[in-house]
Amino acid sequence: MMIHVTDQTGQEHALEGLEGWRVMEVIRDWGLDIKAECGGAMSCATCHVYVDPAWTDAVGAPSDEEEDMLDSVGDVKSNSRLSCQILCSDALDGLKLTLAASASKDA
Amino acid sequence: MSTEITTDVVVIGAGPCGLFAAFELGLLDLKCHFIDILDRPGGQCAELYPEKPIYDIPGFPIVTGQQLTDNLMAQIAPFAPEFHFNRMVNTIEKQEDGSFRLETDADEIFHTKVVVIAAGGGSFQPKRPPVDAIEQFENKSVFYAVRKMDDFRDQDVVIVGGGDSALDWTLNLQPIVRTLTLVHRRDAFKAAPASVNKMKELVGDGKINFQLGQIAKLDGENGQINHVHLTTDAGDLSIPATRLLPFFGLTMKLGPVADWGLELNDNTIKVDTEKFETSVPGIFAIGDINWYPGKLKLILSGFHEAALMAQAAKAIVSPGERVVFQYTTSSTKLQKKLGVA
Ligand SMILES: Cc1cc2nc3c(=O)[nH]c(=O)nc-3n(C[C@H](O)[C@H](O)[C@H](O)COP(=O)(O)OP(=O)(O)OC[C@H]3O[C@@H](n4cnc5c(N)ncnc54)[C@H](O)[C@@H]3O)c2cc1C
Ligand code: FES
Repeated sequence: MMIHVTDQTGQEHALEGLEGWRVMEVIRDWGLDIKAECGGAMSCATCHVYVDPAWTDAVGAPSDEEEDMLDSVGDVKSNSRLSCQILCSDALDGLKLTLAASASKDA
Repeated sequence: MSTEITTDVVVIGAGPCGLFAAFELGLLDLKCHFIDILDRPGGQCAELYPEKPIYDIPGFPIVTGQQLTDNLMAQIAPFAPEFHFNRMVNTIEKQEDGSFRLETDADEIFHTKVVVIAAGGGSFQPKRPPVDAIEQFENKSVFYAVRKMDDFRDQDVVIVGGGDSALDWTLNLQPIVRTLTLVHRRDAFKAAPASVNKMKELVGDGKINFQLGQIAKLDGENGQINHVHLTTDAGDLSIPATRLLPFFGLTMKLGPVADWGLELNDNTIKVDTEKFETSVPGIFAIGDINWYPGKLKLILSGFHEAALMAQAAKAIVSPGERVVFQYTTSSTKLQKKLGVA
């Protein structure tokens, strides 16, 4: 499956995602600017992304715990998600998202 | 005037690995002082996952981050290490006699024979809201913590956040400020329900304002803000303000560790695997902050590293003294030190 990620500078990247991997891991392993400080334990919100409106339904809504974690970033939008909480699957092949400023390593 | 402290060992970072180092150092009669930017021990365990269970600490099928911290504190209590919280170590300098001089941002100077860097993923620092040029207002009119309540007296204060810090300071500051606006992105709060109810009462009585939204921009000059601009569902909004307190929690930054002249590997410090010493003799690095071939960032690894480091530290503090290896189970000498024999 492929994920299309726009980074904080506006550059687009097509990344190959592996079924069952977290989207955060794919973005991190491809070397884009994502801090993902807690490694996916939903304790940091430094893997914050905006899901392209065409994909919000397919990706689904954040859990209550994820909403709580999103409180710790100042740039939340209605399509905000933590990318460590989205699993790669064939149903998400072509997923488009944008890295939030607050996910940057030096934020 | 600066405070001066002399000791055998300074441990930078009171995370789990640093804490266990105090045990291993204590068994060898080495006295240690801890310095941490957080206000309590535990590092990542206490800050990022106090209530989450850990399953891979030997002998504990399950233990939470906070329980592990509490247990480590109990385990090292017999050695009475001293803690200096809310301070960042800024510099380490090697002296001519081989000892070290450390300086903190709280104007303290430590003289020590051995330095143990247990700085984990770096120092915890407040998350900055993504607002342009916020740096120019920091520590003048934008604060990430309340150090002196009087700085807020008769001010127009905006507090942002929905957790305990935001709610606690809303309640504490309300009686002394001129106006107070609490801003949060949604009408649900992570804070203690009693605080949330109290806050809602104050809003009902017209004593504070609550505004749904997020900060977008700050206006002001010479470090002094005069307006906070918000984006809200109903459009943009500008609130007159002389003080801003954003409470978005903490994030780890490598910080000054990178400037201490140690050989690095990316954002970690290179060490040997015999003593966990850095490229500067007398400075050791244990836990998540170090790197060697095969390194695993696990609490378990940091514990092992602490034991080997302590042996080498002893040789530096008491040169020539023979250290006899002993088990805590059978050595009455060690048990006396622990206060159990
Ligand atoms: C959500 C989550 C779950 C985890 N689960 C596990 C698990 O199940 N098992 C496991 O083994 N590990 C787990 N880990 C990893 C584990 O927490 C780390 O390996 C461990 O905390 C490292 O300990 P440490 O003492 O090296 O550093 P840390 O815990 O990072 O502590 C370092 C301390 O040093 C302080 N510091 C740094 N620089 C300075 C400075 N210049 N001045 C003053 N203070 C400074 C910091 O403020 C911090 O308090 C998990 C981590 C996370 C985030
Ligand atoms: S990586 Fe920390 S919340 Fe996603």
